[in-house]
Amino acid sequence: MAGQVFAYIVHKEGVADDTAFEMVAAAKRIDPDAAITAIVAGTGIDLNVVCNEIASSYQEVWKIDNEALSYPDAEVIRTLLVRILPEGGLIIIPHDTFGMDLAPGLSIKLDAAYLPDAVDIDGVDDNRLKAVRQEYSGQVSTHVVCDISGGAVITVQPGAFKAEKTKWPGGQVVDKTAQALEVGFPATGRRFIEVIEAEVGDVDITKSEILVSVGRGIEDEDNLEIVYDLARAMGGDVACSRPVVDAKWLEKSRQVGTSGKTVKPKVYMALGISGSFQHQGGIKGAPFMVAINKNPKAPIFQAADVGVVADILDFVPELTNKINGSRSRLET
Amino acid sequence: MEILVCIKTAPDTSENEININRDGTDIERDDLVYSVNEWDNYAVEEAIRIRDRVGGSVTVVTVGDEEAEEVVRREMAMGADKGVLLSDEVFNSSDGRGIASIIKAEIQKGKYDLILTGAQADDGAGQVGGMLAAMLNRPYASLVTCLEVIDDKKIKVGREIEGGNLEMIEINLPCVLSIQTGINEPRYVGIRGIRRTASVEIPVYGAEDLGLSSESVGESGSKVKRLDYFVPDPGEGAEMLEGSADEIIEKLIELLKAREGIK
Repeated sequence: MAGQVFAYIVHKEGVADDTAFEMVAAAKRIDPDAAITAIVAGTGIDLNVVCNEIASSYQEVWKIDNEALSYPDAEVIRTLLVRILPEGGLIIIPHDTFGMDLAPGLSIKLDAAYLPDAVDIDGVDDNRLKAVRQEYSGQVSTHVVCDISGGAVITVQPGAFKAEKTKWPGGQVVDKTAQALEVGFPATGRRFIEVIEAEVGDVDITKSEILVSVGRGIEDEDNLEIVYDLARAMGGDVACSRPVVDAKWLEKSRQVGTSGKTVKPKVYMALGISGSFQHQGGIKGAPFMVAINKNPKAPIFQAADVGVVADILDFVPELTNKINGSRSRLET
Repeated sequence: MEILVCIKTAPDTSENEININRDGTDIERDDLVYSVNEWDNYAVEEAIRIRDRVGGSVTVVTVGDEEAEEVVRREMAMGADKGVLLSDEVFNSSDGRGIASIIKAEIQKGKYDLILTGAQADDGAGQVGGMLAAMLNRPYASLVTCLEVIDDKKIKVGREIEGGNLEMIEINLPCVLSIQTGINEPRYVGIRGIRRTASVEIPVYGAEDLGLSSESVGESGSKVKRLDYFVPDPGEGAEMLEGSADEIIEKLIELLKAREGIK
């Protein structure tokens, strides 16, 4: 039986991140009967909208409302969490760039165990939480046990748990602002200046249902045209792997992978992509994956549903022509 | 500026395929080529560049065995001024918190303005930097991909956040940063550099030297323990389409339409 379970909600512009609902699933893997409390920090209308959005998925929602929390600073949030969390509690945090800033230090400040980047959880037995992690960029997995007798900070890999939006009775929003800020707003040694957006973020590939993704096999920037043509024919968006960004042929915002975007399309076309684990790490939600690569041993063929051994420079234009041809027949 | 970089020895995954041993207790280590953890190498390069701009020194520290000493030498060949090896049998099987406690004890013997770690290593946890900062009560920023020294009191850094956006922050010194790959291009370490540092004396400190009790580190101090390694079911691989180009394309379009891959 686990102690009280909390989840730290990441949100942006009044919308809870997908992980808000994935953490519900993760918490139930710890203890199916656990009462789960969401903690949301922010300010104003955006904060209230998020609280209402998640209220039906959590038994209780603790909100911390302050103007200075409009952009979340992990150093501030860490102090606030230490002030409001009960001793011995478990807190789940998304293992995203905010969670990575927040969580390791939080475990020290709470004097609790730290279980980073869990991809699965398998219950608690005598204060030992069992979980699955990945090492070596996902090449191998490990079973780990975490001693939660003194509480624990658990980060979960975004996308690893299937989001749950089942209704819970309760969903009461409790304002914890006074308690969190009773001794004043936390002083920190760091100041947020601004966010510099990745260049030309014209397409949000994380929301695309169809992605036509290209890798080193495109060979030259001028050849990208065939990729755009196929994406247009399929009604999808163009994405890429890291080498294409390193060569500065496509903007960083189109990069799929652990160092780029995590995407959840329905269909993923991997064109001339060898399929490193770092790249595959950015593809979630088990899309229908088609790999086209001239190297029959490319690891991407292990991950793909359908494979074609071909040079994309020859194959892709033909495929585009046929798709456009079949469409015009349909329309006439 | 006095800079400390925490480094780790890790299998070079660009050179090795990672396999699991027969009983699943460990990865197959016999033929592995070890080197410095890739992220840490960027951190050392960044430290050297800062020192070359504003003066000071770069110290690299690691927790490990003789193999780790070679990695310390490699980073000194790159340009780090000093190296320290923290080595003791009781350190074995430490979890992230244990490693952070060991390094913290060494840090408190010196006076560092800036402490760098790699953003993560082979185990993908990315925990030691954030833990160190909390233990030392210093500000922390993770996933740093650009860094500019403003004066001897503060620096400006950019954190790589979702979608490759950059979160720009100002952070007071002394502080702890975790460094993300791509922040710079680490220099090549030639055979001459390696030779130059081959006979440099690397101080080695154990638990007693650091004032650490054996219960606080190693397996006994660990709250998180690895039980085994396994490979998740890799699946059957792709259905390979064969035939003439026309046949393949026809079949592929049919499959894509069935999966709503053509709008």
